[in-house]
Formats: sequence, structure tokens, C-alpha cells
Amino acid sequence: MKIVVCAKQVPDTNEVKIDPVKGTLIRDGVPSILNPDDANALEAALKIKDDYAGTDVTVVSMGPPQATIMLKECIAMGADNAVLLSSRAFGGADTCATSTTIAAGIKKVGDVDIIFAGRQAIDGDTAQVGPQVAQRLGLPFVTYVQNVRELNEKERKVVVERQLEDGFEVIEVGLPCVLTAVKELNTPRYMQVGRILYACDEADIKVWNEQDLTLDPADCGLNASPTKVMRSFTPPPKGKGEMLTGTVTEMANSVVGKLHEKHLI
Amino acid sequence: MAVKIINEKCIGCSICEKNCPFGAIKIENKLAVVLDNCTGCGVCVKDCPKNAIENNATSMSNVDITLYHGVWVFAEQRQGKLMPVAIELLGEGKRLADEIGTEVCAILCGDNVDGLVDELFEYGADKVYYANMPELSTYTADGYTDAIYRAILKYKPEIVLLGATHIGRDLGPSLAVKCGTGLTADCTKLDVDPEDKKLMQTRPAFGGNLMATIVCPGHRPQMSTVRPGVMAKAERTSGKKGQLIDLKAELKLKFKAGDIRQKVLDIVKSTAEIVNLTDAEIIVSGGNGLGNAEGFKLIKQLADKLGGTVGASRAAVDAGWIDHSHQVGQTGTTVKPKIYFACGISGAIQHLAGMQSSDYIIAINKNENAPIFEVTDYGIVGDLYKVIPAIIEALDAQAA
Repeated sequence: MKIVVCAKQVPDTNEVKIDPVKGTLIRDGVPSILNPDDANALEAALKIKDDYAGTDVTVVSMGPPQATIMLKECIAMGADNAVLLSSRAFGGADTCATSTTIAAGIKKVGDVDIIFAGRQAIDGDTAQVGPQVAQRLGLPFVTYVQNVRELNEKERKVVVERQLEDGFEVIEVGLPCVLTAVKELNTPRYMQVGRILYACDEADIKVWNEQDLTLDPADCGLNASPTKVMRSFTPPPKGKGEMLTGTVTEMANSVVGKLHEKHLI
Repeated sequence: MAVKIINEKCIGCSICEKNCPFGAIKIENKLAVVLDNCTGCGVCVKDCPKNAIENNATSMSNVDITLYHGVWVFAEQRQGKLMPVAIELLGEGKRLADEIGTEVCAILCGDNVDGLVDELFEYGADKVYYANMPELSTYTADGYTDAIYRAILKYKPEIVLLGATHIGRDLGPSLAVKCGTGLTADCTKLDVDPEDKKLMQTRPAFGGNLMATIVCPGHRPQMSTVRPGVMAKAERTSGKKGQLIDLKAELKLKFKAGDIRQKVLDIVKSTAEIVNLTDAEIIVSGGNGLGNAEGFKLIKQLADKLGGTVGASRAAVDAGWIDHSHQVGQTGTTVKPKIYFACGISGAIQHLAGMQSSDYIIAINKNENAPIFEVTDYGIVGDLYKVIPAIIEALDAQAA
């Protein structure tokens, strides 16, 4: 089996702070991490590798050169290869343009049986790139995969559970296909010590630009993005209300009284 | 045009001519010829028994945007019932359509869900585009993408809105790439630019730390998925009618074996009680401050007393104290009840993003510096295990 995992390096949004004066994001010093859902996607691929000898897992990411560190982590977890799609031409891409570049990268990897991606990245939360890559490659896709029930290599199909708001669907889809992972799918494994050394010293992380992918720069990055950010701003706070005082009973009576006065209860 | 006939392979069988939804293929001298009115929809490609037709249409960029009119709303239905977000989108779609000076339409896929057509008219749809086929009874990415994509190509809406449900977030990206246009995910606010009537789409990013307003200037349709629970529902006017367009007939829709590659074997409803946070008028939520799963019993007591619904912060869900379906916030459900009780919730920005438009927010927390107090109407600093029972007592006294 040949598996590609799509991964993204993201800022840890739990650590993002707002500059109280300028009202902008403070990104300095915010740690970069492997996007959480993508770690589940990688784990799903590695599980298949555990079961099927000879499986090759390649992680593909689009991002700046510093994303190689995240790819090394993926190799330390057990991935065989990693490719970084990196070029100035890819900058400023929306999901539409990103999916073109990633689809070209996967095509160059070639002959892939399954493509796993995280459902969404925590910096944008769009959940678009997975299905869009599938659409560009002409492959069927299933998003929100919470369980891989059965992989039948002979009949070239998988049966997966797709999470819904109030349950799940059981879906069968033929290979090759694109599956996007939610956190309920599995628990990502830790990096292995031996693999960390290998990842740092020996592993060869390929870097491909638009020429390697034979992409026209007009089809990449900002140029090829239908959506444009008009402005960004920090959400206005609602503003602090009244802090109640007194004993517990007094505060409880006060809040019930106020809600009653407003005919809310 | 991007659709090309490979003359060496074409046998002039005329299948493509008969099936073309736009009448854009003609047989001349025993060879198929693509006419100028071809839209590049690609129906002929898969119908051709000799694989003699190629379609290189990947993008509709540089489209003439003046050809696109109307606001479309994806009328998502499950098991023959409209999802509440579809009604919210009709309300919002109507408002946008009025500002632009155009009509609001619903696009409905399903199998014999005729009753929903009238419902959509009553909720304000001027037109309903209806793809009524057994293959579309349940959502599949391939089936719905194909039907709606072809409807978009033919009728050219300027705006397409979908609910950001697990289905809308699957369908939207796939449709957008097919149409060669952009898609803005999880919008919380939509506006029309008064000057050029462009759609301005506002959405949270970086886990709610930042809001971005996004436009799609050169491509059509402008597509957005919209968070459920954010927009006001459309008013229902009983007896209101509109125009019905039968897509199966108009587009000559049909599906062959293998066209829909996702095979839905089963749909399993969660055995847990269905939690309807979106429509709840009163929500009592518990967080990390509860300390254990038992704490939710107290939360439920207060919720029951008020006729409310139990919510939770991500911390409580991640700790395994309560099911994910109760989670309020960026990665859970967005809510706007009349009253929101936040008990033992510190108020991470992701949580605030999902509840701060509630009418009245009451927070109970031991830490007077907890960020939750920045958005509360009434704040109580104290031990929730003492405060909640006192509130229940006060409610009993009130009722007596």
C-alpha cells in the first residue's frame, strides 16, 4: 500500500495572544505544532502500515522552509518519507489554490492508494482542503472519518464511519480515495527515540517548488485564490456586566430576582 | 470551449447529443461537434461509450459576473426533515437578496420530499430548485455535488449559502472546486457591499482570536458555509407559494452505477439523548471547575429546574465527564439562548466565541479574574457547589 498524509504546521492557537494596544495577534514566541487532526491522519496511516507489511507512508505539506521540523516529527512518529511543497509562489494561497498545489504534489508522489488528511487545521478551521484535493485528483472522498472499520486490499475498498452531529454514517468507498480524520479516530503515537535520531540526522526531506510540480505560477498562491481577505480585526468584547456581592444566598436571590424582573424566568 | 471531441474515437452514436442538458452538441457528418453554448459541465464525458470526449474545464475564472443573479440556499434535509440551519439561511438569504435587489431560492435534493417544497416557499423561498431522485434520498458527496453543480452552471446564482454542518462542510468545498470559485467557511456574519453589491463574508479564525472579512471579487458564485445557530430564522407565512423548478427534468439528471462512489451502508443515530443546544432558550453549562463528572448532576438539576439544556466547555468534554454533543464553543456548538449559565468555566476564547451572543450571561467562578467575567451580565464569585443549590432554592421560593 502507498499512503499519503497531508499535514500542516500551525501556530498553537491556545497560545495565541492579542496585543491589547494594537488589537493584533501576537505570533512571536507562539510555538508551531503539527496540526492536531493531521496527527490523527498520520496515526491512521501508520496503523495500516503496522498491519500491512511493505506499506509506504509519505507526508506531504505545503508551507515555509521551517515546516521541515514538523515533517521530521512525522518521520520520528514512523512516516517513511516527507515532502515539503515550498516556494514564494505558493504564498497567500486560499484553500482553492492550496488544494491545487497539494494535489500536484500528491500526483508527483504517484500511485497512491489512500490519502489521509486532518479534517481541518486549527489556524483556519475551514475543513476545505481535504475534499478539494480529492476533487482536483478526481478521487472520491469521505470527511469526518471517526473509524476505519475495514480495509479490503483485494477488493480495493474501505468501510469507514463518518461522524455526524447526532450519530454517524457507515460508508463504503473504493480505493484510491481521500479520507479526512477527526480526533475520535485514534490516539496519535509518540515519536520513537531511534526515529528521532534518524529524522534529525539522516532523513531526507524533499522540497518541491512549482517547477518540480510543473505548475504555472499563475495557478498558485495569491494569484490563483478566488477569495481575498478584505480586512481582519479582533472581535469586540461584550463588556463586563455587574458583579454581584453579598453572601451566597443574597447573590442567588439577587440573580433570580433580576431574571424574574426581566420576565426571563 | 474546454470540452473536446476526439474525432478518431467518435463513432457518431449521438448519445452525447441526446443527453446534453444545454443542447450544445450536434452530430455533423457522423461526428459530434461542440457548439458555442457549451458550459463545460462534462455530462457528455461520462456518457460517451467510446471515451471520445475530454473535458479540461477546471476553472470558471474570468467569468462574466454580471450573468449571475439570485441568492441560493442549500435546503439541507435529513430523513425528510429540514435542518434548522436551512431556515436560518432562508432568513439571511432573503435579507441579502433584498439588499441586492434579487430573489432568494432554495435548492433541495431528496427522494419524494415534496412536503418540504411547500415548507420552503412558506419560509420565503421565491423559487425552489428540486432534484427529486431516489439516488439523492441520503446525502452523498458525489450525488449532491453533481446535481447542484449542474444546477449552478445552468441557472448561475450569484451567491450560494450552505449550513456549516458536517454535510455542508463536505459538500461546499467539493462544489466550490467544481465551479472554480472560492468558498468562505463557517461565516458568522454576511453583508452586502452597498457600492458594488459584493458579498462580504465575516468569519472567525485562529480559534476565534481573530475575525476576517473575506470577499470573492472575480469568481461566481460567491459561496459561504454559515455556522448553525448564528442567523435568525425566517418567518413562516402559511400558504405562500413560489415557482418550482424540476431539476431532474430540466437538467436530465441521471446516475449510473459507479457515478456515486460513496456507498452509505447505514446511518446510526447516537444512542445518547439528542442534545439540542442550538434551539435552547436556557443553557446551563459546566466546565473544569466542576472537578468531576458527578458535578454535571448538579448542573442538570439547575437546568431541569429552569427547563433548560445542559452544556459544557471543551475542558469538561475532554476530561470525559460528558458527551461531545453538549460542547459549546468554537469546536462545539454556537449558541445564543436567552440565558446562559457558565458554571466553573474560566472562559477560553474558543468557548466565548460560541456563546457570547447569548442575551444574558451569568457566570459562577471561584476566580474573580476569570476571563468569563469579561462577557457576563451578572457575575458571582464563589464555590459553584454552594451557589447553585442556593439558586435552586431561590427559584423554588420564587415559584412558591
